[in-house]
Amino acid sequence: MYPQKSNNLETTVTKALTREDLLKAYRTMRTIREFEERLHTDFATGEIPGFVHLYAGEEASATGVCMNLTAEDHIASTHRGHGHCIAKGVDPVGMMAEIWGRKTGTCKGKGGSMHIADLSVGMLGANGIVGGGGPLVCGTALAAKLRGQPHVSVCFFGDGASNQGTIFEAMNLASVWNLPVIFLAENNGYAEATSSKFSVACDNIADRASAFGMPGITVDGFDFFAVYEAAGAAIERARKGGGPSLVEVKLSRYYGHFEGDQQTYRAPGEVQNIRDTKDCLLQFARRVTTGGQLTQADLDSIDAEVKALIDGSVVKAKSDPKPSEADLLTDVYVSY
Amino acid sequence: MARKITYQQAINEALDQEMSRDQNVIVMGEDVAGGAGSPGEQDAWGGVLGVTRGLYHKHPGRVIDTPISESGYVGAAIGAACCGMRPVAELMFVDFLGVCFDQIFNQAAKFRYMFGGKSETPVVIRAMYGAGFRAAAQHSQCLYNIFTHIPGLKVVVPSNPYDVKGLLIQSIRDNDPVIFLEHKALYTMEGEVPEESYAIPFGEAAVVREGHDVTIVAIGRMVLKAQEAAAELQKQGIHAEIIDPRTTSPLDTDTILESVEKTGRLIVVDESHPRCSMASDIAGLAAERAFSSLRAPIRQITGPHSPVPFSDALEELYIPSAAHIVAAAKSLKEYR
Repeated sequence: MYPQKSNNLETTVTKALTREDLLKAYRTMRTIREFEERLHTDFATGEIPGFVHLYAGEEASATGVCMNLTAEDHIASTHRGHGHCIAKGVDPVGMMAEIWGRKTGTCKGKGGSMHIADLSVGMLGANGIVGGGGPLVCGTALAAKLRGQPHVSVCFFGDGASNQGTIFEAMNLASVWNLPVIFLAENNGYAEATSSKFSVACDNIADRASAFGMPGITVDGFDFFAVYEAAGAAIERARKGGGPSLVEVKLSRYYGHFEGDQQTYRAPGEVQNIRDTKDCLLQFARRVTTGGQLTQADLDSIDAEVKALIDGSVVKAKSDPKPSEADLLTDVYVSY
Repeated sequence: MARKITYQQAINEALDQEMSRDQNVIVMGEDVAGGAGSPGEQDAWGGVLGVTRGLYHKHPGRVIDTPISESGYVGAAIGAACCGMRPVAELMFVDFLGVCFDQIFNQAAKFRYMFGGKSETPVVIRAMYGAGFRAAAQHSQCLYNIFTHIPGLKVVVPSNPYDVKGLLIQSIRDNDPVIFLEHKALYTMEGEVPEESYAIPFGEAAVVREGHDVTIVAIGRMVLKAQEAAAELQKQGIHAEIIDPRTTSPLDTDTILESVEKTGRLIVVDESHPRCSMASDIAGLAAERAFSSLRAPIRQITGPHSPVPFSDALEELYIPSAAHIVAAAKSLKEYR
């Protein structure tokens, strides 16, 4: 049963998660957190080029959604895309090298943080254009539909993109073509420095679903289980030919729009309060350990492995070669 | 076997043959069938000027009407191309570029390079261009210059029925995004076109007419104006060579430069506006790389730097004419 009420925050665990699933979920969320915390530290040294937009705090969303997906399913991501990449199965070592501008990076150092893509795992790219992914997932979903394949496509977008025409066009198109698309709105409360309370004209982004003839639901994005359930229901519906859905995940980012943003538009203590009371990793750990599905030792050993992985990725990225002049004009035809 | 058909019929035939050859080829756009969801015929239009007429029933499920959502469906075509489909999206009038440019230049054009060569985007975007139909400022532009500026896009401007078929087939088979521009004044032009399928490679200009006094490089419909002018010049003892680049990206610079080196005189005829045009681009190319061969200044014949006017009295003044070309050629011949 898919909830039709757009602001329904109730979730019930209907899909049994195995011990392996829970370990995987925790590992994914921890990997994202460690990756982003490490970037936050390293960016401050001035060695990392360009912009980075960190996903720390939002891990339950990417993880809860992508745990329902296969490598044949597609996702489109945003400028804040590291978490989506990791959750969809892109190699964090290649990602770190990419962000450091190295030839060994996922995109050979030609894309950078905002454009990490790996089509071999169904990752259509982080995207530097707000709202750019909506139309693209309509295409990957159309391809699956025309080929009779059960694959779905997910468009992650933020509260900022929720006001872009491309998202409206894509939601309408997905609905009129009855495509297997999930529009996954990550409402972290701020589009750059502008509050979604100001920029979004309705109470919940999910309220817009009915305008496009699809179900919508708003869920607590700090709760992995809530996201997993809501996204899972929408994905299942899409796989069975039921068409698109809009899932709004309300969450928060721990860092600024980009690194260097002092976030003076936020209330004093806002982020610390969320970290202390709502953090998705803390909530997850408490729930699975008090429920007896996992032990603290299980989690500790994942923490140690993830730390080693990320430490190793940074060491490698720093020592890997940068692209050379010979790489400047490859991967594009040149006619001038 | 060749027989006479129109430019419009040649486009239809190319689409039909490629759709028969490859199930991944789909056609989408506003009214490409024309009638979706209506109580009457499901393919009432076959495109706004009937170019895709008949394909709907021949290729069930692969001629897809869209809402008037250019960003949405052009982006969907791009997304479908990312997973191996070969969509041909019809933008109707190229002027509608204004409502979907991001998907073309920030998404499709960038993917292969930005993702380190790990993706292909075999999408074709077809659109009508050009003045002469009293369609005024928002339905008459020649925007190939804008597309030609963007690395990652290939740009095709066929001037006759033979070329339009062979170049469209090549466009569909190409693995990069292709902008395929059809001058609406050419739709009724008849010419010898083989029934069988054939592809014309990109970046190979056609020497439409040989001559030794002056080189006329003409784009799209302007090839016809150049032919008209050359016939008149012949009577006056001036032998013009006409080069049709056929694709502005990639541009066959060798053929242009060889001709200029032979004739020592260059006229470029481009229906677009003068600034940052194909005319200025090709003039710059010759000035830089064939300077010592030039016996007279380079002449650029373009539309004026104004929007396309509505009134026939004004529109006829706007479009470059054979008389302009004749006058320019004579002045170059008489120079020094």
